[in-house]
This record gives sequence, C-alpha cells and structure tokens, in this order.
Amino acid sequence: MLTFTIRRLVLSIPTLLFISLVIFLLLQLAPGDPMAQVPLTVPPEVKQKMREALGLGAPVHVQYWKWLVQFFWVEPQVLVDHWFGTAFAEGKLRVISWQTRSPVMDIVIQRMPQTLWVVGMSYIVGILIALPIGIYSAYRQYSLFDQTGTFISMIGFSIPPFFSGVLVIVIFSVNLGWFPSIYDTTHVVTDWASFKVQLQQMIMPVMVLALQTTAQISRFMRASMLDNLNQDYVRTARAKGLKESVVVLVHVLRNSMIPIVTVIALGIPSIFGGAIITETLFKVNGIGQLLLTALFANDLPMVMTLTFIFAILIVAFNLIADVLYGILDPRIRYD
Amino acid sequence: MTDQNAEIETYGALQDKEPQKEPQSQWREVWDQFRKHRGAMIGGGFLLAITLFVLIGPWIWQIDAKKLDIRNKDLRPIYTALWDGDAKVLWARPLGTDNLGRDIMATLIAGGRASLAVGWTAMILSLFIGTTVGVCAGYFKRLDGILMRITDLFLSLPILPLLLVAVTLFRQPLRAAFGPEGGMFILIVGVIGITSWMPTARIVRGEILALKEREFILAARSIGTTPFLIIRRHLLPNVISPIMVSATLGLATAIITESALSFLGVGFPSDFPTWGKLLSDAVPRMEEFPERVMLPGILISVTVLSVNYLGDGLRDALDPRIRGR
Repeated sequence: MLTFTIRRLVLSIPTLLFISLVIFLLLQLAPGDPMAQVPLTVPPEVKQKMREALGLGAPVHVQYWKWLVQFFWVEPQVLVDHWFGTAFAEGKLRVISWQTRSPVMDIVIQRMPQTLWVVGMSYIVGILIALPIGIYSAYRQYSLFDQTGTFISMIGFSIPPFFSGVLVIVIFSVNLGWFPSIYDTTHVVTDWASFKVQLQQMIMPVMVLALQTTAQISRFMRASMLDNLNQDYVRTARAKGLKESVVVLVHVLRNSMIPIVTVIALGIPSIFGGAIITETLFKVNGIGQLLLTALFANDLPMVMTLTFIFAILIVAFNLIADVLYGILDPRIRYD
Repeated sequence: MTDQNAEIETYGALQDKEPQKEPQSQWREVWDQFRKHRGAMIGGGFLLAITLFVLIGPWIWQIDAKKLDIRNKDLRPIYTALWDGDAKVLWARPLGTDNLGRDIMATLIAGGRASLAVGWTAMILSLFIGTTVGVCAGYFKRLDGILMRITDLFLSLPILPLLLVAVTLFRQPLRAAFGPEGGMFILIVGVIGITSWMPTARIVRGEILALKEREFILAARSIGTTPFLIIRRHLLPNVISPIMVSATLGLATAIITESALSFLGVGFPSDFPTWGKLLSDAVPRMEEFPERVMLPGILISVTVLSVNYLGDGLRDALDPRIRGR
C-alpha cells in the first residue's frame, strides 16, 4: 500500500507538470493583450518597456520556467516564512497579478475562506442528506419513497445550478423575502442575531450546490446498498438473529460505504468547478468569481495559477480516492 | 417413435410449460424492453416533441426572432391576465415580448435550435473522438499505453475553468475567421467535444479488449481480414450499445455546458439567442418578469431530464442481463 502511494505520488508530478504546460501554452496562444487597457496616448516604445517589465519579452520556455520556479519554489518559501517567521523568500519575485500588482497567492488566500465555507458546507450538507435517502430507498426498493427519491434525484441531476439558483432567488428572496440574494462576505458573526443572518445568507447557495451533490451521491448509495443487500452474509446475519437495524446499518452499510467514499473524494474537485456558477449567481467573492474576473481582465498569471490550483485539487483527490479504496477494501491489492 | 414420444410426455418436468417464443432480432428485443421503461418512453417523447418544436416551429410561428417591435415591448404572457387584469398582454404575442419587443416564443424556438444544435454536434464530436481513441487503444497494443495516459491526463484537467479560458481567449480570432455566430459555434462545439470524450474512450476500450479475444475475431483474422475491416465489420457493431448510452449522457452534459457558458457571459453574441443566453439576459429583471427566466430554464431542465431518462431506459434495454425480466 505504501509503495503504491509513493508510486502514485511520484507519477502525479509529471501529470501536474504536463497540465501546467497545457494551461501555459493555451494562455500563450491566446491573442489577448494585457496592455489593451493602457491609454492610447502612451507611446509604443513605452508600452514595449511595460510589456518587458511584465516579463513578456522573454521566450516562451523562459517564461514557463520562471513561472515554475515562482510557483513551486518561491511561493512555498513565502508560506514557510509566514508560518515560522524565517526570511527565505526575502527579495524574490513572486507570481504577480497584472490587475492588482500584488502577489496572486495573497489574493487567493483572501478569497479561499468564502469558497471553502460555501462549497465545503454544501458538500457536507449534500452528503448528510444523500446517505439516509440512499440507504432507505435501497432498503425499501420500488416503494413510494424509493420512486419519489429516484425521481427527485433525477430532477436534481438535470436542473443546472444556474437555473435552480435563479429559481430559489425568485421564490425565497424576491417573492417571500426570507433570504438575501447577495452573500455578504464582510459579515462577521459575533452574537446570536448575526449568526442568524449568516445562516440566512448561506442557506441558498449551500442548498443549490447541495442539490447536485445529493442527487449524485444518493443514486450511488442506493445502487451500492442494493448490491450488498442480496449477499449471503446478510442472510447469515439475519439468520443468527441480529436486529434488522444492526444488519442494515452495521453490516450492509459498512460494506456499501467502500465505493461511496471514493465517489465522495472524487466529487470534491468538481464541486469547486461548479461553484464558479453559484458564486457568480449569489455574488460570493470566492476563487470561482476571482477566476472569472481575472479572465475578463486578461490577467494571465492569475488565471494560470487558479486553473493550476484546480488541477492540483483534481490530481490530489484522485490519489486520495485510490488510496482510500485500497485501505477500506482489503480485497483490493495494487502491488 | 410414437412410443418414445408418449413416454417422454409422461415426465411432466421435461415438458415446456409455454410454447417457445418466436426468435426475434436483437433490436426487436431491445425495443420491447425499452417500451417497458415508462420514464424512458415519456423522456423520449418529450425529447422528440421539443426537437420537433424547434425544427418545425419557425414555419408555424412565423415571427422573426430578431425583429424589434419597440411599441410592443415588455408584454407579459397572456396567462398573467388570469390573475392580473392590468397586465399588458397581446393575443398575437402569447408568451410576451422582451425589453426590445422581440417575441419570446420566437426567441425560444430560435434559442432551442442553437442549444440543441450545439448539444448534438458536440456530443457527436466527443463520441467520435472517444470511440476512435477507445478502439485504437483497445485494438492496437502499441498505442494502448500512450492513449490511456493521455486519457488520464485529460481526465485530470479542470474542465470548466479550462473551457472558460479557451472560450474567452479564442473568441476574437475565430469570430474574425468564421463570422460572429459561426466562429462561436465552432469554438463552443470544439471545446465541449475535446473536453468530454474521456469516459467514452475508457468504456469502448474495455469492451474492445474483451471482444478482441473472442473466437469470431480470431476467425476473421485467420481468413486475412485487415484490421480496419475487423474494426468496422466486427468490433464497432458490438460496442454500439455502450456508445449509445454514453451518447445520451454526452448530449445532456453538452446542453448544460453550453447553457452554463452562455450564462457566465462567454457564449454566443448577445443578438443570437440560446436558452442559456436568454436565461442569463433575463436575470437582472427577474423580479418584474419572472417568466423570461422560467421559460428557458424549464426548457433546458426538461430537455436534460428527458435525455437522462432516455439514457436510463437505453441502458436497461441494451443490457442483456436485465432484458426479459
């Protein structure tokens, strides 16, 4: 297991390098000019100087190498400095955003908590709703509950978040006026009343994202439970007189959770991608919204770094899913 | 002989309870099983109805979707008159008009044409790439390693961010080359197709690997059939069912992705309606005109829902283990 993990970790390095190269070349091919916003009165030779100051004069491979060094060498040093108060990164050039002229990672760190709050909370809520639904609909297969559950999860699967989000805004924020339609990130929870406000503004984005998660995971949960419910060991457990709740919730559930855990781990990166839409809709200033504004402003270092962070998330969670699967299911042997 | 027959008939257990059914062709059986799946039948019906609506619609509803009629702007759908007597409605505009007086029924039909065209083309493109990669990886051992590595790499690309990057950055040159609508169409279909072929490739490769070891392939090879012919005559017809199932999934994701791109403002130009575009354009004024958000949104959701149900039914019908139960 350990050798497998190490092998996968080593293999993920060329994968990530390749992905970063793809993103970099894509951005290089792009025709957008970061100088487009500069006033026309600025003479061309000054513009050329500004371009070189941004590091655009150098050949492609030099630019790529510089980005690699900045991202993988300088930025971790900054992090270490921040944690331990050392001075490794003193005077070294970091990845600078063209929009704000400040380090990209600083902005990402500022935006991360909002995204993590909304996305993470929605994922947890989605899983907590999905698991009981999946278990019960498998246990009572073809019952009314199962039929409704399957239908609702199919709907949740099919309604895109940009429609369900608009729908809940129209219903709960415009017509009923229960929840605000804009997420206020400056809101600080100090007492009970402000906690209630926080809860109210979080409920809509969280539920919109959670609907997707719930639909997906409850389907998997149901299928996995159904696979296990007819197995011989279940009959044995019943025959030796165990209570029905113990049979289902201990014996069957534990075995059905093995594939579900990997599905949950694999779904985490995609939920970050889906959060781009939800963040735009509810005006949460998280990293999804940051990516979108950076794209429209032609801020290539920011776009590059953010896209690459998404790629790291995907590769990391793929690895986690594989390793978890091996740990949970002793029949799986990778070596 | 007659004695023997009589003897056998006394053993009841040896007798067939019911007369044997006439053997049927495979597709006949698939169709019989498919008809039993109620959701799939309803879904297929809906999809057919929506497709006909957007295909034949322009002949029946002959109002130009781009025609501005500023006198009749901001009309409400006629059904709002049921609860609001003062609402501005017009019988000639059953679903109302938008803020420039364009007829909403006509824009919905035009938008549906664009959305479904993008969905179908992107799905076919991604199926084509996926099947080619899958067949090559499964059939030619030398290509297997490299092609599957590429598939893994593509699977770990962050799709939505990359789509956004590609569409925003390449909008201008393609527009210049193929016109605003054609360029955007090529770009969106291309990026969706290129980023969604991986599941198909994996499934097809798995099926091909299993089929390749069967005797009929050995027989075909022993009489000197070329690899190309083996693939075309013997392998492809046998992997058609997983391809069809992933086609329905691909159609659903392509429609949703196109709408999401339009919603984020990186889709088609503003005078070219698609369902996602109509929805996102209507969001700022959804308090006054909720129907402009609801109608395209419902159309997208119903289309995707029926495609998903269709896929469910197809999977059941094409799976010989379930068929006949």
